[in-house]
Amino acid sequence: MSEWFSQPWLIPLIVGACILLLSPLAVAFTVLLERKVLADMQARLGPMRVGPQGLLQTIADAVKLLMKEDTVPAEANRILFRLSPVVTFFTAATALTVIPFSGRFQVTDTNVALLVITAMSSVGILGIILGGWSSNSHYSLLGGLRSGAQLISYEVALGLSLVCGVMMANTLSMQGIVQAQMERGVWFAFDNFGLMLIPTMIFLIASVAETNRAPFDLPEAESELVAGFHTEYSGFRWGVYMLSEYISMFAIGSVLVTLFFGGWLRPFPNVAWLEIPFNYGAPVVIFGGFGLLCFYLTRKQPIRGYALGLAGVGALLWVAALVFLIPAFNREAAPVFWWALKLVTVLYLFIWLRGTFPRYRYDQLMNVGWKVLIPTALGAILLNAVVGMARAAR
Amino acid sequence: MSQYYTATDHFVLLPAILLALFGCATLLFDFLIFPEAKQRRWLLVFLVLGEAFAGVAFWRQQSFLLEHGGNLTAFRGALVIDHYALFFHWLFLAATLITGLISYRYLEVRDEHHGEYYGLLMLAQTGMYFLASGTELVTLFVGLETMAITFYILVGFLRADRRSNEAALKYLILGSLSSGFLVYGFSVLYGISGSTRLSEIAAAVAARDAWDPVLVLAVGTAGAGLMFKIAAAPFHMWAPDAYEGAPTMITGYLATASKAASFALLLRLFVGPLGPARESWEPLLAAVAVLSMTIGNLAAVTQTNTKRLLAYSSISHAGYILLGLVAGSPTGIKGVLVYLLVYTFMTLGAFLVLTSLARQGMAGDDINDLRGLMKRAPGHALWMLVFMVSLAGIPPTAGFLGKFYIFWGLIETGHYTLAVIGAVYAVVAIYYYFRIVKAVFVEPEEAEAGPLTVSLGTRVGLAVTGALTLLVGVYPEPVLRLAQMSISR
Amino acid sequence: MTETVFFYCFAALAVAGAILTVTMRNAVHCAISLIASLGGVAGLYLMLHAEFLFAVQIVLYIGGIMVLFLFVIMLVNLEAAARERQFHRSWVGGLLCAGGTGAMLAWFWLRGAGTLRLPPAVQPTPREGGNVESLAMVLFRDYLVPFELASLLLLVAIVGGVMMAKKRI
Repeated sequence: MSEWFSQPWLIPLIVGACILLLSPLAVAFTVLLERKVLADMQARLGPMRVGPQGLLQTIADAVKLLMKEDTVPAEANRILFRLSPVVTFFTAATALTVIPFSGRFQVTDTNVALLVITAMSSVGILGIILGGWSSNSHYSLLGGLRSGAQLISYEVALGLSLVCGVMMANTLSMQGIVQAQMERGVWFAFDNFGLMLIPTMIFLIASVAETNRAPFDLPEAESELVAGFHTEYSGFRWGVYMLSEYISMFAIGSVLVTLFFGGWLRPFPNVAWLEIPFNYGAPVVIFGGFGLLCFYLTRKQPIRGYALGLAGVGALLWVAALVFLIPAFNREAAPVFWWALKLVTVLYLFIWLRGTFPRYRYDQLMNVGWKVLIPTALGAILLNAVVGMARAAR
Repeated sequence: MSQYYTATDHFVLLPAILLALFGCATLLFDFLIFPEAKQRRWLLVFLVLGEAFAGVAFWRQQSFLLEHGGNLTAFRGALVIDHYALFFHWLFLAATLITGLISYRYLEVRDEHHGEYYGLLMLAQTGMYFLASGTELVTLFVGLETMAITFYILVGFLRADRRSNEAALKYLILGSLSSGFLVYGFSVLYGISGSTRLSEIAAAVAARDAWDPVLVLAVGTAGAGLMFKIAAAPFHMWAPDAYEGAPTMITGYLATASKAASFALLLRLFVGPLGPARESWEPLLAAVAVLSMTIGNLAAVTQTNTKRLLAYSSISHAGYILLGLVAGSPTGIKGVLVYLLVYTFMTLGAFLVLTSLARQGMAGDDINDLRGLMKRAPGHALWMLVFMVSLAGIPPTAGFLGKFYIFWGLIETGHYTLAVIGAVYAVVAIYYYFRIVKAVFVEPEEAEAGPLTVSLGTRVGLAVTGALTLLVGVYPEPVLRLAQMSISR
Repeated sequence: MTETVFFYCFAALAVAGAILTVTMRNAVHCAISLIASLGGVAGLYLMLHAEFLFAVQIVLYIGGIMVLFLFVIMLVNLEAAARERQFHRSWVGGLLCAGGTGAMLAWFWLRGAGTLRLPPAVQPTPREGGNVESLAMVLFRDYLVPFELASLLLLVAIVGGVMMAKKRI
């Protein structure tokens, strides 16, 4: 039995299984988070009916999607119509396999991991374009074309801003990038006298566009294109598109976190005395705080069952906070916690942007991509290369 | 500087850098600084300036070589500057400069853009630089493609003209095909030697039998690709269409500079690394040369379009030049260089005269458009006579000199049959060149055509090409010395 | 053993994709076959431990160029072109040419097989566990000139593309 635990394939297998099983669940709660945060920004309550505080709303939605009839348009290209969502989903899920969740938890780390993610996100475009084309509908086709044009345009800026980070790290391996930030003792976003903030911002903007989110959600602009490339999709297939959209958000957000914000490193990774307060304090404060919130909200539940359920969630959160105090567990889990915390912050930022900005017009979108982001990114590469070389020489 | 870019590297690469910079600057300044139609002539000034800078750089390289002897290699054997390369650099420089000078009026008449045109001319010359100076397969190939792509664009430069569009498309498709052949041959050469440097390929080829199957494959495919580029039969199909559709001065540029650049690569490959395998490629090249002369000369006889006629004539000239390579003796190779030089000037001159015939709304490339040129522009007519006589290879013009050395080389190495065939076709060529002369001098003028308006650039271009065509024929000593110096490595 | 199986899978994918690219009637299907073919080539790169080239092949060819291909195919009305049978009419001649050339090449290669002399593959450096750095040395030191020249070539191609496509520049 014990030799099983030392097998090199054990951790990749477990992490891979976790990705496949947990990512739909994570997507469900991200959707809930999105709806709740948007509702809060618009002074509404958001979903409140299913489960305490609407906690189970997206689960119910998922069940509903699975039960719905799956329609294929009469003149559609059936094979491609069925294949396209699969392509999009698998490319998004593959991108997650090279993300380091901690120094140990990762499916695999190749020396071109960063490029693999870029490659997967660019292949994912095919699923969108082909899905739009095979539906045999004008709205879908236009949505797919728009999407393709947008993704290709912003991929350039995305790739160029990646180059800055890679120059700092001297490697394309995701673990290597995190290691490099550990050695330099600073997250790359704040390196080079703050000059790296430029590519960070470009990456952030481009990644919003890459994931087809507001204010760059032209491909699915409801007022013009119904629902864009997935107009003709329904039920489970539509659900797969939704799922892969959020999973690619996780992947791109993780790249942002890994490349520019230290990945699974805690803040100030090489200030030794901060380890105890950060690695033990932060989880306790966060999990404990949310637990407290749950207990507080039990008093406002309309029915007894909801109150009990919420109390259970609160108790679970407190247990989690206590478990984080066990040093053996903390050593392994704290990096994952930091990665997740940063990722959730990025996701919150995405949602915040959606709640704040109106949608771009199509020509504005292209102008921003080609005439602002790409030249700025090129300038940033030049600037950071020169400054980086000057610092290395000193 | 650094181990990746040494001072020698810079010295060798400088002309190409200057040309590329001036080319890009012309593209930029076209809309940034000189947007007005009146300011267009400044773009031409830019071209001249760029060529002048490049010329100074070439001159410095030349004087360095003369002073220190030997040659300069740079970038770990990717580039070389020797007298052979410099010979071609000067040739390209002259051709580009003359083409640029005569283009201004033509572009005005056809209402086309100037900035892109001059910029692309310089970028094409940059590609040619790497063809003449490259000693490494990848560099040579990328240089060739840079030049070729520029030419696809330049051939299709008259966007409103369907013939130009068609020519560009045909040239693009067949050119890409031939590049595929060429790069396949290069890849086999790499497989033979394990290196892309010509010096190492030479060693690997020398170690093999001339009829080694893989080597024959490499020579055959690379050779076929190159034959496409120099428009030798049976790979000449693109030439008449591309020559006819292209803007006239681009036809001239295509027939001279592009062909010379491809020959620079051909000679560098076949005389250098592939030299030991001569036994296998010599009959092949001889067959191609004879076929080119046959098709070129016989098809030219029936043409009524001057540009098509000159296209077939250029195919036959490619055949003559290949004969020099078939001879392979120093005389023959010297003949190739001399022939390329004089061919460049006389062909450019002929196209120059044709270019000046262009009027509002017509290309002026029918043989009838030349009628009565004697009355309309006697100067042009006389120069045209010189070019035609020279193209036909009649003494005392320069064209004779080229043919003389080629034939001498052939006789010296015992290729009597080839020499006789070449001489016979030279007689055939006289017939169609004199059709043009007849149209210029004998046939009556068209009713509506008035006297020609001639720009300064055309005058300069005509004077240079015409004078060189005559002078080299009468006093060939400097050119011969230059060619001799180029082949003595 | 596994390597061999994978090699034949990828090679078959590349060849089958290439054949389907020229034989399919629907332009979109052709493009998808081409994607499969390029993917097979990417797989071959991976088998040769050229991970960087593998990723770049996918990013550029499948993710970039082929997406643009599809884009153009969808925008251009191919109905009219599909009805004209101009390319399919001469398929016998095409097949003969392809077969003849293939046979000729095969003959040459069978005669000369085993005489090639290729440099040994670049070994992965121990620190990296890959060959990205070696590739950088090759590109930016050994082949610096063609690498930089290629950028000029692309510039020329872009200028040409814009010029040909735009009505007034």
